[in-house]
Amino acid sequence: MSFTTAEPSLLALPAAAAGSRRATLHALLHNRTAWIGGGVLLLIIFAAAFAPWIVPYDPYRVDPIVRLQPPSLAHLFGTDALGRDIFSRIVYGTRLFLLICAIAASIAASIGVTLGLLAGSGPAWLDMLIMRLIDVLLAFPYILLVLAVIAILGPSLWTAMVAVGIAGIPGYARLVRAEVLSVRSLEYVEAMRAAGAGVWRIRLGTILPNVVSPLIVYGTFATPLAVLAAAALSFLGLGAQPPAAEWGAMLVNARTLMFTAWWTVAAPGMAIFVAILSLNLLGNALRDVLDPRSR
Amino acid sequence: MTCSTRGAAEPLLRIEALRTEFPTNAGPVRAVDGLDLTIGSGEILGLVGESGCGKTVTALSVLGLVDRPGRVTGGAIRFGETDLLALPPARMAAIRGERIAMIFQQPRGSLNPVMRIGSQIAEQFIRRRALGRAEAWARAVALLRAVGIPAPESGARAYPHEISGGQAQRVMIAIALALEPQLLIADEPTTALDVTVQAQVLALLRERCRTLGTALMLVTHDLGVVAQLADRVTVMYAGHAVETAPVASLFARPMHPYTQGLLAAIPRPGENRERLAEIPGSVALATQTGCRFAARCAERTRLHLDRCENEMPPLVPRPDGGMVRCWAAQS
Repeated sequence: MSFTTAEPSLLALPAAAAGSRRATLHALLHNRTAWIGGGVLLLIIFAAAFAPWIVPYDPYRVDPIVRLQPPSLAHLFGTDALGRDIFSRIVYGTRLFLLICAIAASIAASIGVTLGLLAGSGPAWLDMLIMRLIDVLLAFPYILLVLAVIAILGPSLWTAMVAVGIAGIPGYARLVRAEVLSVRSLEYVEAMRAAGAGVWRIRLGTILPNVVSPLIVYGTFATPLAVLAAAALSFLGLGAQPPAAEWGAMLVNARTLMFTAWWTVAAPGMAIFVAILSLNLLGNALRDVLDPRSR
Repeated sequence: MTCSTRGAAEPLLRIEALRTEFPTNAGPVRAVDGLDLTIGSGEILGLVGESGCGKTVTALSVLGLVDRPGRVTGGAIRFGETDLLALPPARMAAIRGERIAMIFQQPRGSLNPVMRIGSQIAEQFIRRRALGRAEAWARAVALLRAVGIPAPESGARAYPHEISGGQAQRVMIAIALALEPQLLIADEPTTALDVTVQAQVLALLRERCRTLGTALMLVTHDLGVVAQLADRVTVMYAGHAVETAPVASLFARPMHPYTQGLLAAIPRPGENRERLAEIPGSVALATQTGCRFAARCAERTRLHLDRCENEMPPLVPRPDGGMVRCWAAQS
């Protein structure tokens, strides 16, 4: 697993495609990558929403009689060392996957966007203050920052999500600041000022909507990274704790069985792989569609 | 409402000795330096001058929108009873759009690309007049009809990139006049438009301002536009006013050599010249003593006036109630 954050400047696209929402949607519907990525993501959302009706067994029920069964019709992905049905646990794992996506991404995006907006459109001293704080965050290696936050808050799934969220703030803040700087001196912002709009009216009503498209693209790349990091934390025993049906935690519990019962490792590993891939594919498609240079 | 309260009572806007500076490494640059200007209520004033003479900075100074590090360092701007330079930012923001509005040179660039044009007009009513969405939208559609957008009901749903430049400027006029301000500042409103569209937009601008009783400060370098539209003209040169007069008498009898030069530079039909008339030289920095036009002035050399280079001429009355700033015109 790699812990490098995607460099925002690579993804900082001009907001030129903004306003042509219908055209964007149209292009997206004709993009095969978008269909694959979006389809898998929809499947995951569906599985999370209807998990109790999909699963054949209770994901937490321990049944020593059927422990370490290889995949069969009775147990699609086999059973683990405690006889729990792995398929059921994978399906329930979609809920934690989406929860991590939502919490970590919303912490990173909400704080990062606010800071970036303030830095880009506020007075020079505020820009200086915020960006130096961001530089401090960036000075720590990603995983070290996450570990430091967990060291403060204590290990649990929730603190893992918060930690990953905090570690994601700098990327959002830097991207938004750069975009705001390019938008804020445009004529329509000046026109809004001439129409008597206040500072916050301009920030939220005029500037923010015009920096959304690069933000969406960045989000689709930053979110899988956050999920990977959360899974890695579970693997290190610092995230989801047993018996949670979290893919990273399942992976670590099964790692000693890798050579005797391969399915206990393969199933959660594949689940993480497919889920992350779907987000990345969707991100690629969105970037192709929103970036005027690639048309 | 009457449109010709020329010079009579207290003017709507009175600018006195305005100075706006931009600090540079080579010392402050005075974009506007000692500008005097008045606009009566309902009056259309043309503010004319070449590029870089301070027209736009004047407009931005009135609205308090001069970007840092530039700032107004002297003079007074009185709007009715209010001293605009002394207003705190929040009260100034309340005046912008509400009592003084502005439209810009690039109509399409001035519209928010991610908002429907109807919403951009309706926003004014929702924010400033506390109207509901439906009512604000209806008012927006009515305004679009008033500025001549075809099929305003569906036009209001368009995004800025879907309409032409001329239509965008019509929308800008609708937005600027939505709250019926007392003064509209139009900064080169037709420069970016096709010549065929220019006349239509100008006619619309005049019609809307007359209907609402809104005074108009028309910033332009195009004397043709001014002749078509304005009641009165103020000619700017190097940061201050050199001549101001009712439009007809200014065109009939320009007294300042710079104004004379500008008028002579307009090509006329039927005339067959090898080369268009020009004023030699370029705008001097407004730091020298004496008349700022002296170095380019043909009158000065013809009359052998020495004081032009040493003494700044004052604004003196013209016979028609206007003012002119020239030693040669006085002698």
